[in-house]
Amino acid sequence: MKKRRFDAGYYFSEGFHSIFTHGFMSFAAVCMIVACLLIMGSFSLVAVNLDHMLGDLEKENEFLAYVDDSYSEEDARALQTKLEAIPNVAQVTFVTRAEALDEFKAGREENPLLDDLPATVLRDRYRIHVDDIEQLKETSDQVAQVEGIADISVAYEIAQGFVLVRNIATGVAVVLIAILVVVSLFIIANTIKLATFYRREEIAIMKMCGATNAFVQWPFVVEGFLLGLTGALFAFFAQWGIYEMVGKVIVQGNGLSLLTMLSYGSMAGTILAVFCGTGMLIGVGGSLIAIHKFLQV
Amino acid sequence: MIRLIDVFKEYDNGTKALKGVNLRIDDGEFVFLVGPSGSGKSTVIKLITGEIAATEGRLMVNGYSLSNISPRQIPYMRRTLGIIFQDFRLIEKKTVYENLSFAMRAIGASPREVRRRIPYVLQLVGLEQKADRYPGQLSGGEQQRVAIARALVNNPSMIIADEPTGNLDPQRSLEIMSLLERINELGTTVLVVTHEKNLVNLFSKRVVAIENGRIISDETGGYYNEEEKV
Repeated sequence: MKKRRFDAGYYFSEGFHSIFTHGFMSFAAVCMIVACLLIMGSFSLVAVNLDHMLGDLEKENEFLAYVDDSYSEEDARALQTKLEAIPNVAQVTFVTRAEALDEFKAGREENPLLDDLPATVLRDRYRIHVDDIEQLKETSDQVAQVEGIADISVAYEIAQGFVLVRNIATGVAVVLIAILVVVSLFIIANTIKLATFYRREEIAIMKMCGATNAFVQWPFVVEGFLLGLTGALFAFFAQWGIYEMVGKVIVQGNGLSLLTMLSYGSMAGTILAVFCGTGMLIGVGGSLIAIHKFLQV
Repeated sequence: MIRLIDVFKEYDNGTKALKGVNLRIDDGEFVFLVGPSGSGKSTVIKLITGEIAATEGRLMVNGYSLSNISPRQIPYMRRTLGIIFQDFRLIEKKTVYENLSFAMRAIGASPREVRRRIPYVLQLVGLEQKADRYPGQLSGGEQQRVAIARALVNNPSMIIADEPTGNLDPQRSLEIMSLLERINELGTTVLVVTHEKNLVNLFSKRVVAIENGRIISDETGGYYNEEEKV
């Protein structure tokens, strides 16, 4: 009798059919996968949005570089190219003494002492934005060394605060997601183990007939794969609905109107890929963990 | 061919199930392995099928040395055996045909081979008209014949029947044993584990008696008489 080594059609057919012959357990497994992905997805989306919002706030963070008093406005403007060439500098805006004075006076119109204040008490300056706030110190040091820059004014504490908040948010999200993945894997493994328990007799018969472990495992792998994929697709659309609903609440809430959320559509491809990948990993991993003990025949 | 040479088996709980068993079963033989409950019959079967390993001694089954067989080789060794259980162990959700095809596909047979082989085996056990029935729709004797068909379907060189008539009435038991005798006449080695002495005595076959983990008699053409052995 000719023996085939890998019968993909048979494995797929068996895996696919057993989803329906053990319908309730399949339904339970899909529900578990959906629940786990929704919890993980929600945490991830909160983390991504938090990161996005912090990124927006970081962009507002700037420092000032004051030009030497002895430089004429023309000489001072000539420094812009040098400043823009410094790594991590995102944007450089020149502010003349007069503009700086106007900014200073803004909001202080009722103070008569400022009326006769000459612009020469202030210096020409550059307002500088950086790409990566974590490198603010290095960048500002390089700016300070540019010939013609007399002084700089940097709020390091604020910058460090942003970095700290973002790092904590990312760290917490990563740890929570990692814990949830492991918990999900064991929940799914137990769900599939329960489903496999009903089929231990079939497995024992296959093993007694001379089936290899791989032959016994493959239909379960296919089943886990399909259940994971199905759960991922359901979770993707459910997450979409929840996200839109929460988004509307945030937009409508007066107190939170300053918060901006990324659109689900802009992340849909990534979310779908991550959900499908995680769902299949949980499904297949859970199947393999569940079936392991029944193979010891 | 099966050879057990000075085989000992002690379970983790300290039970000494086999105490130096020596046994040789040649190709084409029909052998009854008899003995009371707890005598070590099931342990012999589990050793032969590779479910458990011997504590000491050497085992050869159809060319495979089980003393140093790798786990990967065990499925291939099992393909040389057809195993029949007292409780039939049929899959209730599958028809007779599907139960047999399941066993064939388990060792990688193609659909064409399945279609060609199953009608022949069903005819051999007299169930060609019941291929589309489910086990629950069959009598106990018919279910055991399905189990025999399943054991035969992969064309093994040896059939091992563990109490095959334990759940059947005397008439059905006789039919099953006659079927196994016929299979043996077609060239397959048959090892039947049983404690039904009346049935054993109806057939003039080799009878190996085991008791308290030791073989106490091995008589070709002899008969099983529990009282005489005590």
